[in-house]
Amino acid sequence: MMRLAVILVGLAFATGMASADDATARGEALFRPCAACHMIGEGAVHRLGPHLNGVSGRTIGTAEGFRYSASLSEAGAEGRVWDDVALDSFLAAPRNYLPGTSMAFRGIRDAEDRAILIAYMIETGGAEAPQGEVAVDPRIAAVLDHPPDEAYGAFLSSECTACHSGGGEGIPRIAGLAPQSFAAGLLAYRDGTREHQVMNMLAARLGDEEIAALAAYFATLE
Amino acid sequence: MGFSRRNFLGSAAAVTGLLAAPMIVRADEHARPKVVVVGGGAGGATAARYIARDSAGAVDVTLIEPTRAYYTCFFSNLYLGGFRTYESLGHSYGTLASSYGINVVHDWATGVDRDAKTVALAGGGSVPYDRLVLSPGIDFIEDSVPGWSQAAQNAMPHAYKAGSQTQLLRAQLEAMPEGGTYCMVAPPNPYRCPPGPYERVSMAAHYLKANNPTAKILIVDPKPSFSKQGLFEDGWARHYPGMIERIGPDFGGDNVSVNPEEMTVDIDGVVENVDVCNVIPAQRAGSIAFAAGITEDNWAPVSAYDMSSRMDENIHVLGDSAAQGAMPKSGFSANSQAKVAANAILAALTDSRAFPARFANTCWSLIATDDGVKVGATYEASDEGIVSTGSFISEVGETDELRAETYRESIDWYDAIATDMFS
Ligand SMILES: Cc1cc2nc3c(=O)[nH]c(=O)nc-3n(C[C@H](O)[C@H](O)[C@H](O)COP(=O)(O)OP(=O)(O)OC[C@H]3O[C@@H](n4cnc5c(N)ncnc54)[C@H](O)[C@@H]3O)c2cc1C
Ligand code: HEC
Ligand code: HEC
Repeated sequence: MMRLAVILVGLAFATGMASADDATARGEALFRPCAACHMIGEGAVHRLGPHLNGVSGRTIGTAEGFRYSASLSEAGAEGRVWDDVALDSFLAAPRNYLPGTSMAFRGIRDAEDRAILIAYMIETGGAEAPQGEVAVDPRIAAVLDHPPDEAYGAFLSSECTACHSGGGEGIPRIAGLAPQSFAAGLLAYRDGTREHQVMNMLAARLGDEEIAALAAYFATLE
Repeated sequence: MGFSRRNFLGSAAAVTGLLAAPMIVRADEHARPKVVVVGGGAGGATAARYIARDSAGAVDVTLIEPTRAYYTCFFSNLYLGGFRTYESLGHSYGTLASSYGINVVHDWATGVDRDAKTVALAGGGSVPYDRLVLSPGIDFIEDSVPGWSQAAQNAMPHAYKAGSQTQLLRAQLEAMPEGGTYCMVAPPNPYRCPPGPYERVSMAAHYLKANNPTAKILIVDPKPSFSKQGLFEDGWARHYPGMIERIGPDFGGDNVSVNPEEMTVDIDGVVENVDVCNVIPAQRAGSIAFAAGITEDNWAPVSAYDMSSRMDENIHVLGDSAAQGAMPKSGFSANSQAKVAANAILAALTDSRAFPARFANTCWSLIATDDGVKVGATYEASDEGIVSTGSFISEVGETDELRAETYRESIDWYDAIATDMFS
């Protein structure tokens, strides 16, 4: 905790803020859109995106048990690491920094916001990767507990293909998503943590059984 | 109920096993249930593709469509505004034939013999079916705008079926004299793509603002209100102040006639000279639905559970032609309905599972560069027809970033639905 407080106090000076508490509050607010896909802090598990504990300083694309895009996996294989510069560049424009990333997030324009956010991630998630197995979010586990009915998933998916048949700047690619990530995404839309008019509406009428069937089916696609 | 494909093929194979080799092919051909789809648009192309793909050859699918390339109405307004090329709107039927074995017949269907279960072709001959899917889009109601007829469509284009009409309207927009008047006679409800006429006005205004800024746009409208009205009117005030005037029924917009030779429009007795006149007439189901004898008033009523005609359970009607309940007539809706029908048809003709019908629609409109809006809803089946279960609409005052994102979404949607229909 000591170390984190020091960073934040330093940041508070740098940015002319009254206190470290303000910086934490701002960091928390800046992390809110990330929380639709990422967890951080104690008990964090993979959702649509990997958990972010210990991400600072970690090799890119190496959180255990998460299925990364080829883009992040390759960057990791080259030995690239999430240092402050890498994190800053990535968060400014994810798709420019790592073309082909499956992180559907446009980026944060303001450099100061990015600095506060990175400091916040270090404060709440630590700078070293935790050891051992990563647990599955119990809500997601409950969804994926339903027997995966691929045929039902295939039928339900026809409602999705009208938009998700490719994957570009406007509508992300969902074919081949790992079931955990897929379910995490739909749960976030269903409970409103992640806001998007179309996806909130569509997820509202998907029961756990439907999500499990869809997750199973989309995982089989290339 | 239908028969089980496995049992049927099993017994057919058992019989053919006793016969000479050349007979096997024929017997097998007989064994395959036949689906004929009339109209290769948003509803028909999707249905043909899903039935052929999901039955993996177990169902014999024939698609009857006169044109060699389908030009989408969706995004044709963006072509008018200069955001798309004409070529980008065209799609060929090549992959449906080559990858899915769909028998694509480029001809008009002229009649349906419901007792013999055959479809007659303009080129002669007929095609037998076990299930027939009609998705012929719309036709226009004669004399709905006095003075206008199909014969006048070169002077006053409708551009409400895509193709050369769309190109003609763009050419006329370009040829407008400085400070001229572009008039649109809007259709009464119900018609295809409720926001379509107003997106078109936005795109015409976008073009004129850059190329002919003193020009005026006049909308003559028989409806008291229209789709996404608040969003469009807000957008017009922001992007095209003073350019667009709409005359609703309270000022005689429901009492209009045109004179294509004189290029005049008579609005409740007041005659206006105009330079372009886009007449979008009142609409009805495609003519083949009337020839099949399955219409009531202007449309073909269907069951919401499987899109089958209320007058003939072996015929399914999709898209614009269907009277189905709450869904707007859109390409998205037609595509959604096609999947429900495909699932029901496959369950009836093969041993695949039937799932409860569910539908969705989203319609994007572009008001100006990077200013996109959308409206959408989810639906389910009921005895009375398709009913809505949830909906959303863009709001006035959204950020520029959100509007730009909405536009980017629509571009991806276009590619996705084209893929879903044709590739
Ligand atoms: C300007 C404009 C903008 C639009 N924008 C959108 C939009 O943004 N989003 C959206 O979802 N929808 C939009 N639409 C609506 C959409 O185009 C239609 O609702 C959709 O195409 C309906 O699909 P369908 O299958 O019923 O008919 P269509 O797609 O029109 O297909 C009918 C096909 O049947 C063929 N056919 C007709 N009669 C016969 C016959 N006797 N024999 C053989 N073939 C026949 C025709 O050649 C045609 O190819 C727009 C429409 C317009 C006019
Ligand atoms: C829409 C869901 C989504 C949102 C929102 C999102 N991310 Fe991500 N994020 C992902 C996914 C998915 C990946 C994995 C990307 C890949 O494999 O290409 C990822 C990867 C990352 C990584 C790399 C992790 C690693 O282990 O290499 C970081 C760091 C990251 N995100 C930070 C953020 C931050 C900070 C925010 C908020 C500003 C954010 N993300 C918002 C989905 C999201
Ligand atoms: C009308 C278009 C449309 C339809 C239909 C649609 N989606 Fe989406 N979907 C989107 C858009 C746009 C996004 C990005 C939203 C955002 O920014 O959060 C998205 C995001 C997603 C995501 C998150 C992906 C990521 O990487 O962040 C998942 C998962 C998803 N959709 C699943 C589905 C499923 C399952 C269906 C069918 C039941 C479906 N979608 C139908 C438009 C659509």
